[in-house]
Amino acid sequence: MPGAANRNGVRVGVFVCDCGLNIAGTVDCGAVAEYAGTLDGVVAVIRNKYTCADPGQNEIKKAIVEHNLNRVVVASCTPKIHEPTFRNCVAEAGMNPYLFEMANIREHVSWVHQNEKDAATDKAKAIVRAAVARARLLEPQIEAEVAVEQAALVIGGGIAGIQAALDLADAGHQVYLVEKEPSIGGIMAALDKTYPTMDCSI
Amino acid sequence: MMDAGRHPRIELLSNSEVTKVKGYVGNFTVTVKRKARYVDEKECTACNECVEVCPVAVPDEYQQGFSSRKAIYIPFPQSVPSSFIIDMESCLGNNPIACGKCLEACDKNCIDFDDQDRFVDLEVGTIICATGMDVYDPTEIVEYGYRRYENVITSMEFERLICASGPTEGHFMRPSDQKRPLRIGFIQCVGSRSEKRGVAYCGNICCMNTIKDTLLLADHYPDTESKVFYMDIRAFGKGFEDLYRRSKEAGAQYIRGLPGEIVEDPKSKNLVVRVENTTAGRLEEHELDMVVLAVGVIPRHDAPVMRQLLTLSKTADGFLMESHPKLKPVDAPSRGVFFAGCAEYPKDVKDSVTQASAAAARAGILLSQGKVCIEAITSRIDGDLCIYCGRCAKVCPYNAITAPDRKKKQLPIVIEAACAGCGTCAAECPTDAITMKHFTDEQILAQIEAYLAEDPEDQIIIFACNWCSYPGSDLAGTSRLQYPTHGRVIRTMCSGRVAEKFVLRAFELGAPIVLVSGCHFSDCHYISAVQWTQRRIEKLWEKMEKLGIRPERLQLEWISAAQGQKWAEVQRSLEELRKKVTKEEIGETRRILAQERARKEKKAKGRPKAGAVASEQE
Repeated sequence: MPGAANRNGVRVGVFVCDCGLNIAGTVDCGAVAEYAGTLDGVVAVIRNKYTCADPGQNEIKKAIVEHNLNRVVVASCTPKIHEPTFRNCVAEAGMNPYLFEMANIREHVSWVHQNEKDAATDKAKAIVRAAVARARLLEPQIEAEVAVEQAALVIGGGIAGIQAALDLADAGHQVYLVEKEPSIGGIMAALDKTYPTMDCSI
Repeated sequence: MMDAGRHPRIELLSNSEVTKVKGYVGNFTVTVKRKARYVDEKECTACNECVEVCPVAVPDEYQQGFSSRKAIYIPFPQSVPSSFIIDMESCLGNNPIACGKCLEACDKNCIDFDDQDRFVDLEVGTIICATGMDVYDPTEIVEYGYRRYENVITSMEFERLICASGPTEGHFMRPSDQKRPLRIGFIQCVGSRSEKRGVAYCGNICCMNTIKDTLLLADHYPDTESKVFYMDIRAFGKGFEDLYRRSKEAGAQYIRGLPGEIVEDPKSKNLVVRVENTTAGRLEEHELDMVVLAVGVIPRHDAPVMRQLLTLSKTADGFLMESHPKLKPVDAPSRGVFFAGCAEYPKDVKDSVTQASAAAARAGILLSQGKVCIEAITSRIDGDLCIYCGRCAKVCPYNAITAPDRKKKQLPIVIEAACAGCGTCAAECPTDAITMKHFTDEQILAQIEAYLAEDPEDQIIIFACNWCSYPGSDLAGTSRLQYPTHGRVIRTMCSGRVAEKFVLRAFELGAPIVLVSGCHFSDCHYISAVQWTQRRIEKLWEKMEKLGIRPERLQLEWISAAQGQKWAEVQRSLEELRKKVTKEEIGETRRILAQERARKEKKAKGRPKAGAVASEQE
């Protein structure tokens, strides 16, 4: 069972995701959750079927309040997909989003070790162990906010570039359309008729 | 086209090229070269007086070389801007003895032989890359005789020959005798779906384009006989199957089988196509008056330049790689950059327009929000630990760190808005004076220590960069490629972040193998940071050799986001290497590195102050 805050006052919550059977079909998520509870500083462990779905996210928010969490680790998929999701989620519960860490036990474990369930479970544990170790040392960060220059550049004046430029300009934005050739039009301008409408290209 | 040319909020820079892109999401500074046009595009009314007097004739690119144009010309009648241009490569020049006729003919004095390339800087918040595609050149497929046989043409050439504004004013004729061909063959997949010549992927547009061509012929010349040689007809889009059906109803014959050879009759210039009809199961010969090669779509020849300018990556087929193939299909991995059209993958007009609108919407979100958060992963310098060596300023790919001045006691300063967070400075700093926010030394060391806390001999420590190798590992996952279980991944923004001490610490704690993986040189998301990775690892190999640790135990691999396959292969080879590392060898390494650490700590104690270390470092 999860222990107490570590001596630096770190209180980590670990959320182990089944991802339906995507993870749980290979990894023993119960064992991973149990193991996470033994790690230094972990005060809460919750297992979810789909952590990224609303009920899963609500569990995180609830646990942050209930267990007074100051670090959150989600063991699920790649941070390239859901790190922004969970950062927003913890931020909504009042936690600095940089105090969130992800353990990738889907792309790095369940999907690539489908026939080695025990070894996959061990690897998932190791990944959670490292993620919690990193989480313990995370610090809150403040993002710098910079103004967006109110103009867009479109490189290439073929059909795609023309359409993108027109849409942006119609939406009220200043657009620079840069074309290498002496005229815009690109390949489309060299076509006679185009399918499926069989009408003129220009 | 016209709409884009006259829209009050679109500034059209034609005959121009992007030469430099600096900055980051929300704040790009783009340098554009406006190539000399020699004709004032605002004043020119395209009256054609200049063209009539120009004595130079060269092949007309727009008409695929079927007709000629002058040295002063307009690319095509509907050009935007509607202005002439001088092709200086073929122009005789303005020396009155040589020529200068156009100058005299132009009443509005639009022509300026002294016009020069100009550079302009644009400040923009977002960039849409719609740089398009090239068309496959089928010359290398010698058995089809393109360029050898006059009446073998490409689908692009067909467009000009059938077009009312084409070189024949829409009177379709074959090149050899200007007679109308009655029997026309179309060969599909020329340069597409081939492992040997051309490209392995499907050109996406060629089937439908040929179907369209057969319908155009049936419409203009009902007595034409069209034969299409194909391996599959891919008519998957909305309304496509219907067109296919109409083409067949209009009399086009579809013969399953790609011809092995075309032979020309030298007299009549007719063509005999030899093909194995795989539906009928027999070898056939078809005599035709003309053959159209349905050529595929390839990445632009200058795509590498654009990739470098915008720090983009490519997928295995050479097209631009998106941020996520399903969920962010028009976003580039670099924030603030979006894709539209064939630069990303071959697509037809409808898909190009759809994607362009999507890209515009995505770019519009940024512009409408008006502000953007910069991830807090920048570097910070601790003045107490800095020894003014200036290494950080030297290695920074963004020039985001000002050089220190030891005499004036001026510390290096990080320009936060320019720092992209690669961490190369932190990895190179000899005194650990640099902290990377959210990727600190302590955090990375904690991951290494946690991995190696249990059964270290089973754990291969892998550093993977955020932009290429880590997504590459994800791709191996989504592709369900199976590989051995011993790899333990630590994600850093760039492989340039991987400091020597991380690697040595892993070995000291008993890691059998360490892998550092990053982007290929041409794909590096931090301009050139990856070169420092390479240099550092090479130095480390030497150091390991000297210390008596087998350098082979430290591996370096460049794995792109598209190379899931390579990631899996590397994992397999790492496992082979791991098996060769004995417990004894690991024990010996731990002893060597513990000793080395003790030696260093003793030496550090003896150091009088930071300044002395600086001179030692040099």
